[in-house]
Amino acid sequence: MEFATLFFLSSGLFLGWSLGANDAANVFGTAVGARMIRFSTAAMICSIFVIIGAVMSGAGTTHTLGRLGAIDTLAGAFMAALAAATSVYLMTKAGLPVSTTQAIVGAIVGWNLFSVTETDHATLSTILGTWLICPLIAAVFAVLLYRLVVLFLSHAQLHMLRRDAYTRLALVLAGAFGAYSLGANNIANVMGVFVPASPFEDIVLIGGAGLTSAQQLFLIGGLAIAAGVLTYSERVMMTVGGGLLPLSPIAAWVAVMAHSIVLFLFASRGLQHLLLSYDLPTIPLVPVSSSQAVVGAVLGIGLMQGGRTIRWPVVGSVVLGWVVTPVVAGIVCYVGLFFLQNVFGQEVYL
Amino acid sequence: MAVSKQLSLFRRTRALEGEIDEFMDNLSQSALAFKRAVQIYLADGCSPEFQEKLSQVNELESQTDDLRRGIERQLYAQTLIPESRGDVLGLLENLDSILNLFEGALWGFSIETPEIPEDMHGDYESLVDQATHAVECIVLASRAFFRNIEAVGDHMHKVMFFEKEADKVSTKLKRRIFESKLDLAQKLHLSHFVETIDNVADRAEDVADRLAIYTIKRQF
Repeated sequence: MEFATLFFLSSGLFLGWSLGANDAANVFGTAVGARMIRFSTAAMICSIFVIIGAVMSGAGTTHTLGRLGAIDTLAGAFMAALAAATSVYLMTKAGLPVSTTQAIVGAIVGWNLFSVTETDHATLSTILGTWLICPLIAAVFAVLLYRLVVLFLSHAQLHMLRRDAYTRLALVLAGAFGAYSLGANNIANVMGVFVPASPFEDIVLIGGAGLTSAQQLFLIGGLAIAAGVLTYSERVMMTVGGGLLPLSPIAAWVAVMAHSIVLFLFASRGLQHLLLSYDLPTIPLVPVSSSQAVVGAVLGIGLMQGGRTIRWPVVGSVVLGWVVTPVVAGIVCYVGLFFLQNVFGQEVYL
Repeated sequence: MAVSKQLSLFRRTRALEGEIDEFMDNLSQSALAFKRAVQIYLADGCSPEFQEKLSQVNELESQTDDLRRGIERQLYAQTLIPESRGDVLGLLENLDSILNLFEGALWGFSIETPEIPEDMHGDYESLVDQATHAVECIVLASRAFFRNIEAVGDHMHKVMFFEKEADKVSTKLKRRIFESKLDLAQKLHLSHFVETIDNVADRAEDVADRLAIYTIKRQF
């Protein structure tokens, strides 16, 4: 691979690293913070399943981002990913909750504006609508799951210690599912912009199995996310516990499951095909924010418990993040593309 | 690796459940042995049968101390029930202190050999009855705390009931003691034993108050 190609991919890898560092906490944060699972166990499971999810099921959401704006040069993709990563960094520094999903969509729209490509309004409104619906669906799933769990536990009458052991096992399994869904849904944020200009050739192995060029990008992106999980997510996990609402381990399991189901629903091509085969309305395959799905789930649990313990200012800053993140990413991308084209002489669109 | 870790966690959990059950059994048995020991003392004084009951309570107390230390060590060393282990530790230590009260009271009978007038035997027995009933109920409530948290309340109100009954009997008995023609030294001596036994019921109520908070914290 040429050095220039590797250089252009580096912004996506950086974005993947920051996604791993931040979003692994949504999957394993409460369990590690509450010392139910060791960080080393959580990081290993998270890394493996993020990569599996990214390679196996990352294509659906990537296709949707491609419809929003098919960035056709590596330099343009580099700047879109860099703008998203920079916005994530700036917003994190400013203490605002941030989503890589919203950052990359803002950056793609910024590229569309710069390259005078018309933004597909239908796709954009589907994506924006999904962002609003995603926390609501997560909240509904959380409430339903919570009620089911409470019903089960009050009938099962497990000893406190055995319940603790089962909860740990459940947190590990939910974490694995969550990491898979995160990889499947969010790999588009990290590598989606590079797919139309992918520098890789399809690899076909003996027996017909192999990796498409997009899957090779997803594998590299998955590895970058895993690197973020392994190197930096521990401190995020240790501070995530008291963010919105203090959670019991069982409530944490419910939140992780609700989050993972939502991410899975918005990423699964298998489910889409199944729904299509029964002539049922399909769920759009859209990258959604992992953090906001968790916020929705936790809010659902909090509201069900009367809403007294919810820290509303945190909710307010999440909503603010929805608006600010894409705008900041769009502006950074536009300005960055201008410099890349006019100062560094790079072709940022065809 | 994660699966084998889980399996060993389930094995350790089962063993620890057994130890907590044994802890509760010991406390319950101590209450029965204490009741029987006081009955024997009232009937025959500091007889060999009484000494045997005293040794039984001593042995149970030291076994229970070992169990408690072992349970607490495992809870912390293996980071089990991290969100509740502080409460469990507090509960076990408070329950253990009831056993210490039983042991202390019986040593008191053995060393000080109070002379209890026969017409007061019934009141002393009734006081011991109420106090040990309160302990039986706090043991049931504590077992429920571990196994069926919704049932904790079913036993807690009985602890309060028996503690109040014990208070009534102890007040009545103290009044009788001080209204009697006994000399002051004996009156104070007998009153001290009433307080010692009544303390058992009071401690059971204290544990029940704490358990009520632990239960609220663990409810969904």
